Parts: sequence; structure tokens; C-alpha cells
Amino acid sequence: MNLLGKLDWSAIPFDQPIIMGASGGVVLVIVLILSWVTLKGYVPYLWREWITSVDHKRIGIMYIILALIMLLRGFADAIMMRAQQAVAAGGAQGYLPPEHFDQIFSAHGTIMIFFMAMPFVIGMMNFVVPLQLGVRDMAFPTLNSVALGLTASGILLTNISLAVGEFSKAGWVAYPPLSELQFSPGVGVDYYLWALQISGVGTLMTGINFVATILKTRAPGMGYMRMPVFCWTSLAANLLIVAAFPVLTATLAMLLLDRYLGFHFFTIDGQGNAMMYVNLFWVWGHPEVYILVLPAFGIFSEVVSTFSGKPLFGYRSMVAATMAICVLSFIVWLHHFFTMGAGANVNGFFGVMTMIIAVPTGVKVFNWLFTMYGGRIRFTVPILWSIGFMVTFVIGGMTGVLMAVPPADFQLHNSLFLIAHFHNVIIGGTVFGLMAGYNYWFPKAFGFKLDERWGRASFWCWLIGFYIAFMPLYALGLMGMTRRMQHYEVVSWQPWLVAAAVGVVIILVGIVCQVIQLVVSIRDREQLKVTADPWNGRTLEWATASPPPAWNFSVLPQVKGLDALWSKKQRERTQQAQPPKERKFEPIEMPKNSATGFITAFFAVVTGFALIWHIWWMAGAGAIGISLTMLAFAFRNEEEIKIPAEQIARFEQANQAEIAV
Amino acid sequence: MNIAVAVDDEVAQEARLSASEAGPATKRIVVGYGFWIFLLSDIVMFAAIFAAYAVLAHATAGGPSGVQLFNQRSVAIETGCLLASSYTCGMMSLAISSRRYAVTYLAALITFVLGAAFLVLEVREFAGMIAVGAGPQRSAFLSAFFTLVGCHGLHVTAGLVWLAVMMAQVAIKGFRATVERRLLCFSLFWHALDIVWVWLFTVVYLMGVLS
Repeated sequence: MNLLGKLDWSAIPFDQPIIMGASGGVVLVIVLILSWVTLKGYVPYLWREWITSVDHKRIGIMYIILALIMLLRGFADAIMMRAQQAVAAGGAQGYLPPEHFDQIFSAHGTIMIFFMAMPFVIGMMNFVVPLQLGVRDMAFPTLNSVALGLTASGILLTNISLAVGEFSKAGWVAYPPLSELQFSPGVGVDYYLWALQISGVGTLMTGINFVATILKTRAPGMGYMRMPVFCWTSLAANLLIVAAFPVLTATLAMLLLDRYLGFHFFTIDGQGNAMMYVNLFWVWGHPEVYILVLPAFGIFSEVVSTFSGKPLFGYRSMVAATMAICVLSFIVWLHHFFTMGAGANVNGFFGVMTMIIAVPTGVKVFNWLFTMYGGRIRFTVPILWSIGFMVTFVIGGMTGVLMAVPPADFQLHNSLFLIAHFHNVIIGGTVFGLMAGYNYWFPKAFGFKLDERWGRASFWCWLIGFYIAFMPLYALGLMGMTRRMQHYEVVSWQPWLVAAAVGVVIILVGIVCQVIQLVVSIRDREQLKVTADPWNGRTLEWATASPPPAWNFSVLPQVKGLDALWSKKQRERTQQAQPPKERKFEPIEMPKNSATGFITAFFAVVTGFALIWHIWWMAGAGAIGISLTMLAFAFRNEEEIKIPAEQIARFEQANQAEIAV
Repeated sequence: MNIAVAVDDEVAQEARLSASEAGPATKRIVVGYGFWIFLLSDIVMFAAIFAAYAVLAHATAGGPSGVQLFNQRSVAIETGCLLASSYTCGMMSLAISSRRYAVTYLAALITFVLGAAFLVLEVREFAGMIAVGAGPQRSAFLSAFFTLVGCHGLHVTAGLVWLAVMMAQVAIKGFRATVERRLLCFSLFWHALDIVWVWLFTVVYLMGVLS
């Protein structure tokens, strides 16, 4: 009986200079930041205002910070892969041994999907949705904080695997039988599974929270057909989370049972069925694609409409298209593995459904184009990202429809053509959308704009870099190169892979520009300062101060139509100036701060780490810790604090800019 | 949530707003609604496990099948316990809405005992199967069986713990709004477990014995 389970000093790869250098650097940076924060005396502030905060705006910002850090981590993996493939041609083996290369592509996919794109999207929704709905917080504020904590726990576990043990070598989809104990006896797959299980619970909580918030707590007058499109797409994405993530939880739980207790769900022996994993995984996986891209569609809708100075073209068709995608996304999953051999009829059905789901997406693209048509477009950074998206995403969508044809897919399956396709839609759709949203809502979150020049530079580097990095992969796919190759014999592939590596370097320059943009903007924040409504916006988030007070709206807005703020501004313009009304404020009840999220996250990391390394006593202790935390929360006496009317009046006087709707 | 409504004299207030324009719902509605969404997601999770069971139902790998293993009498008693506990749980809800402490405790106690009896029978069934070498490691069918039935059993266990905690809350805090909302969620949860069990009984035990 070993007190530390499978854990001992051999878990730390001291003989691997790349890994030790990277993890040493990460630890050093964390130690430096923590000691700087402690020395400056920021700890009480951080604890009070951020870590224990249940304010949806703060939680949203923390999600986005996590996502940006993980973007750097996932991108570092990408550069390493591109560098490896650029040199490992013919007999050359490159600089990464196979077992390390396998971990890198697994970590890259896992991190980019679960720990970059998801937190970024969820952070964006967290910050924006309650403001757009004209309410003061989410339906369940503390649950929101717990969800953030669990997401962070998953991220932490994944990154611990860098230094302690190893990460999965089975790809980001972890197909059995490769991911079974028989073929992956190490802790890598366990890191993957527990990190996803823990953060998956957090994501499910987020989904429930948003569905309840959007359907049950909107400002008076905010009927369904008056909700901004971003709220609609968020609703669709969260309905998908609620309906899809439990399937992932169940599937990964089955794989865990196989690995830990010798069950036979997906094993070769005992009549297990590995293809069942693939089916279940994609029953979650395809809706997941739309969980990522639908909110981005919402962001584009807001950005295009605002900067064209026009109402969104075809609002109703936009809503209908969103909900159609929401439903259809559940009946296309099999196109991820036409080669399974399900037969011509099954493949034919899923191929046709896949082509049909492209139709509502096409409707959306035309709506954005018609919104811009005849508008007086202001070419700010967010609209640049949106235009870049429209061109890029259409190309990615077309290659997707191409692969929806089963006979074509038999050639393209698991080739670099597929890799190019999904990067084309995820980067061109989700990432571009998130960047547009980041530039668009940043002034609302912090009260100052991001620097335009560096923003533009970043956009152009990303766009050009993207094309140079991924267009060669389409060609390589058609030339027969499969994904996940540590080295290859065909020398004629090399020039294309070198071009792709150059493209990644250009994207790197884009990311550097973004970092500089942030630093420069913080430095010049006094010149970049904005009022409540810097973009001449249309929706309610621009009706309150930048940054908004904890209670969002001193008086809940009364909504009288679509584009609530815009129509208000139009009404005021046509009416003669009236003396400002005397506004009366009432005390507001706000949810009380809670450390529940942080403490739960702490114990979740302890439990997850213990389960990965088979340290059973520690797993038990962690589980007890989580239970006690929940009990303490259940028995607390005070749930809300009252913000006095005088404080609200004082804030209003200091921020005259707030526009009463 | 505090609903402060702006006094806006520019546009006459419409006398009746449509339901979707009425503004934020009360806390009780929001909590109940959120919990319904959670229950739906939980049922989706069960659906995935049901699907896996359906795929693997005949994958016995030469081992015993359902016909040989299932004891219908024991399962019938289990079902009776669980369904009866739903009835007493309903009685508890009535007692809560009329603020009767003694009846609430009594109904909760009977619910707890029935739920515990269900669990004891289930654990005995599992132990018996493992004793004859029909554990979850034997075949894919048994893996799926133990996971599906066990997952429901874990839910019942969680429900029992929850019920005990709620009774402690009633004793300490009384019927205050938060406690009442949680009790509402508990009864939703308990009834949902019944529904899952009815499917489970049909798909696993009835169809398992028929084939």
C-alpha cells in the first residue's frame, strides 16, 4: 500500500530539456506573479473583488483571462507541431520524439477546444448577456462562480500534466481501444478524462444558468422577439450545452470505468464496442461545434449592425436560422466517421442532413451582407474581424459541404484536408468572432478603448497568417497526407509544410500585436477613455456606465422594441429637449460574495489529481471537502446584501452619462 | 430579485403585458425552472447510458444473460418501495405547503426508509450477481447493466443524503423561502428518479426477461 499511489519522482521528466524548460518557466512566472501580488498587498483586493465575486461581469472577465492564457499555451503547442513537420521529412526525425509529439497534438486540441474556445465563449456570454437583457445578474450567481472554479480546475489539471507525469497521447478525441488501459497504461488519458469531467460539470452548470437567465429573467418589455441576436445565439448555445454535455459526461464516465474498474464498454475483450464510443463522443461533439460558433454568430450580428448604423437585416430569419441550427446539429454527428461502415443509407442520410444544416448558416451570411449593404460602415477593428470572418468562414463552410459527400469523405477522412477544414471554421468563425467581441466590448468592461492601430496590425497578421498556414494543408490533404504524423517519407510535402510553418509565425506576430495592443491601451487609458456609449450602440449594454456598476442598471430598463437603446435615442432626437426628470432610486438587493466557488475548485483539483494518481485517501478527503463546502453554503444565513439608494444616487451623479431607457 | 420599474410617462403603460414581456420572474419560478433544466440534462445523461445498454444488451461474451440473472420478485419489491416513496414525498410537499412540521418529518422519514429499502435490495442484488461471477468485469452486457442500474442507485443515494440535509434545514431554519425552494427541487428530483426507474424497469428487467 503506497501512500502516494502511482506517484513518485520518476513522474517528473528530468531528462527532457524541452518539458523541464517549459514547466520551469511556467512555475517561475506563476511564482513571480504571486509574489508581486503579495508584496504589493493586492491579495485582499483580489480575494474580495474577484475570487469571491459572484458578479457576472467579473466572472466573465476572469473566464476570458483564462482563455487568453490558454490561447498562448495551445498556440505554443501549434508552433512546435508546425516546426516538427517542417523539418521531419524523408529520413529526418525532427526534434520531437513520437511520444512527445503525440502528447503535443493531444494537448493542443484539448486545450484549444475545452480550455480556450469554451471559456472565451462562456466569458463573453457571461459579461454581455445579462447586460443586454437589462437585468442585474445571472439567475444563479454563486453557481456561476462555482462553474468558473471547475473550469479553472480542469485547466490546472491539464497543465500540471506538463510537469508531473504526462498528457494523453490518444488525440483530443481519445478513441478507444487506444485510450484503454491496455494500450495507454500511463496517466495521460486519466489527466485528460478527469480534467474534462471536472470542467464539463462546470460547463453544464453554466448552460443551466444561462437557459434560466435568458428564459426567465429579462427586463420588463424584453419579449423574445425583442432580444438582441447575441442573446438568441447564446440561448441556442446553452440549450445545446444542456442537451449535449451530459452525453460527454456519460461517455467519459464509461471510459473511466473501463480504465479504473475493468469494465468492458469499449474494450476489445468482453464484447465491448469501441465504435459506440465514437458515436457517443460525436453526439456531443457535433453540437459542441455549434456551441462554439453560434455565440460568435451573435457577436458578428451585433458588430455588423452597430458599425453599419442599421438594424440587422432579417432579424426574424436570423432567429429562425439560429434555432434551426440548434435542432439540426443533433442529427449530423455521423459525418465525423462515414468510414465506420454504417452502410450507404445511413451515410446518405447524414450526408444530406449535413448539407441541409449549411442552409441556415448561409441565410445568416446573406443577412450580414444585406445589413452592410447601403449602410455607412465605420471600419473599426471589430468590423474588420467580421469581414475577415465572412470571407474565411464561407471557404471553410464550402470545404465542409464537400466532405459531407460520403464518397469524397472516404478520400479526405483524417487527412490534412479535414484539419484545414475545421481550423478554417473554428479560427475563421469562433476565434475571429471572439476577437471582434473582445475589441467591441472591451470599452464596456474597462471604460477605455483598445488601441486601434495595434488592433488592425493584429487582425491583418492573423488573417494573412491564417491563409498561409492552412491553405497548404488543403493541398497536402489532397496529396494524401494524414493527420498527426511525427515524420513522413514523402519529400514533396515538405515545401507546403514549410509554408504552413511560416503562416504560423505570421499568426504569432498577430498574437504579439494583441499583447502590445493591450499593454499600450492600458498605458494610454486616459486618452482612450470612453463614455457609456462609445460606438453609438443599439442594445442595452450601452445604456449603462462603462464599466457598469455592480448592479448594472440603477433602474431596470423598460424595453419598448427591438434595439432598445437605439430606438430610445431616436425618440429623444425627435422630441424637444425636456428638463431632465428627477429620478428616484430604490435600494437594490444583490447576491452576496461567496468563496464557495474557489473552495470547491480547490477540492476538485485535489480530488482529480488524487484520482489520476490512484491516491485513494486523498480522493476521499477531496470529496469530503467538496461536500462540506456545499453544506456550508446551504446553511449560510445571509444570501443577499442591500445596496442603499444613496450609494446608487451617488454613483449616478458621478456618471451622468447613463442613459435612461 | 428586486424589480424596480422605471416610471416612464412618455409612453402610457400598457395595462397588460404579454407573458414574455412581463419582466423577471420570481425567485421561486426561476429556481424551479433551473432545476427542471438540470433534470432534463440528467435525463439526457441517462439516455446516453440507456443507449449504451441497448447496444450492449446481447454482448454477453459467453457469460450469463438477463434471463438467468434477474430475480423478478426482488425487483418488484424494489419498484413498489420506490413508487410508494414518491407518494409519501408528495404527502411531504402538501405538509410543507400547509406548514405542518410533524407531518413533514413523518412523511420525510417514510420516504427515507422506503428509499433506503430500495437501495438495500439493489445492493443485495448486485452482491448476489458478483458472488456468482456475474460482476461488471464479466462482459460488456454486465458492464452496461451495473452502470445503468448503479447510476440510478447513486442518484437515489444522493437523494437520501439531500433529504436528510433538508430535514436538518427545516429543523434549524424553519420553512423559510430558500428552504422551501430547495424542498420543491428535492421533490422534483425524487419524482424524476421514479420516471427513470420506470424506464429502467421496462428496458432492463421486463425486456431482459422476455428475450
